[in-house]
Amino acid sequence: MKKSLVLAAGIIAAPVSTAASAGTITITIPRINASEYHVPYVAAWIEPAGGGQARTLAVWYDVDKVGNEPGTKWLADLRTWWRKGGRSLKLPANGVSGATRAPGAHRITIPTNVKAGAYTLHVEAAREDGGRELVSMPLTIPAANGRATGKAELGAITISAR
Amino acid sequence: MTAKSLLLLAAAAIGVAAPASAHNAWLLPSITVLSDTVQSVTVDMGASTAPFEPNHQPLPAENVKVWAPDGSMGKVENASRGRYRSTFDVKIDKPGTWRIGMENNGIGGTFKVNGEQWMVGRRRGPPAAPGGAAPAMTPPPAPPAAAGAAPGGPNSPQGGRPSIDRSHIVATVDEIPAGATDLDLTETTGRNEFFVTAGEPSDTLFKATGKGLEFVPVTLPTDLVSNEPGQFRFLVDGKPAAGLEVEVIPGGRRYREADQAQKLKTDAQGLLTVNWPGAGFYWINASHTDDKPSNPKAAKRRMSYTATLEVLAP
Repeated sequence: MKKSLVLAAGIIAAPVSTAASAGTITITIPRINASEYHVPYVAAWIEPAGGGQARTLAVWYDVDKVGNEPGTKWLADLRTWWRKGGRSLKLPANGVSGATRAPGAHRITIPTNVKAGAYTLHVEAAREDGGRELVSMPLTIPAANGRATGKAELGAITISAR
Repeated sequence: MTAKSLLLLAAAAIGVAAPASAHNAWLLPSITVLSDTVQSVTVDMGASTAPFEPNHQPLPAENVKVWAPDGSMGKVENASRGRYRSTFDVKIDKPGTWRIGMENNGIGGTFKVNGEQWMVGRRRGPPAAPGGAAPAMTPPPAPPAAAGAAPGGPNSPQGGRPSIDRSHIVATVDEIPAGATDLDLTETTGRNEFFVTAGEPSDTLFKATGKGLEFVPVTLPTDLVSNEPGQFRFLVDGKPAAGLEVEVIPGGRRYREADQAQKLKTDAQGLLTVNWPGAGFYWINASHTDDKPSNPKAAKRRMSYTATLEVLAP
């Protein structure tokens, strides 16, 4: 728990210390009525619109769980993210990985070193005892406002310029 | 043809009488994409008409080999044999792409000594009486019996086939007596495998050896997604296997009307392109016969390749 707090602090501190951010993404994790609800694993990443390497902006998973079944075991359930770039990311990654989030709106700042251009933003959520959903939307840097909505495992996803 | 030769391989491997209908050998892993190196994959294996349906025969897990991404050999653990399928586990404790499966190599067929019919290959049928000439339960790797050319043993329940005296069966080609005539021998090589990747995939185990029928993935076999075609190259002795027929059969036949099996052909470069009807496990199989055996006593060579591939939803 302490570790995840440190990591959460890292996310806030690292990329935005000097320059203004390149934009903000807000991911809403919906409240789901389930008899056994577990908060989802979530990954957000961008891919250049013309193709190219994916860059992970955030991955929220059970960072603290170790032992026989560490929290990393289920990262491959975010199957598209895993294939596009998750598996090449060394975790925990400073400023990128963090603890799972409760239902509600959560902000991610787009790092200032993301080059200007056209991208696709992908947000994927996978929930234990639940479903998996991938939401994709265009993203330009510098960021312009944008919005998409998931159907089940993800709520509104918004992009704002600051 | 394909299915039949596999059936014979499978039958030879488990030492049972060859069943009358076609059965295919299959391996079914619990998972193929892992995010760390502290897990195991648990695998079912058997032979049945439809791939992955355990309703006919188990196969011996002792025949399974494990190739780890770094070139070392891994281990089969917790092997057990059920009524219809065997199971085993493999610890996936190194990052990269693993190959896990069976290899068969052997020569089988018939020859004559003083005008009498003899055969090479393991006798099928019930175990021989103590002191019998044919070691029916020789430990693996055993040569597959003469696929296609092998008659049943003397106790074979199948009628209509020529019967060969037990004393006229030799296990290997080296035991063929001097002065044998009418050699009709076929070299058989087969591979049946699946792939598991922990972390980032690697292609160290996909370097072609230039020998026999080989599968060289263009799309890595643990990177398959139902909305993207999978591409694989087939080689024979290192050269593109153009026009090779490859069967692609999805599991879960019981839950559909159509079996959705596809018979596809490789292009001039030996490249196979598969469009998946959906996500799930697939059994792919190809076989090729030519007259280029490595053993000079054999006239023909039959090569087969089988793989289980997992295709994920996008």
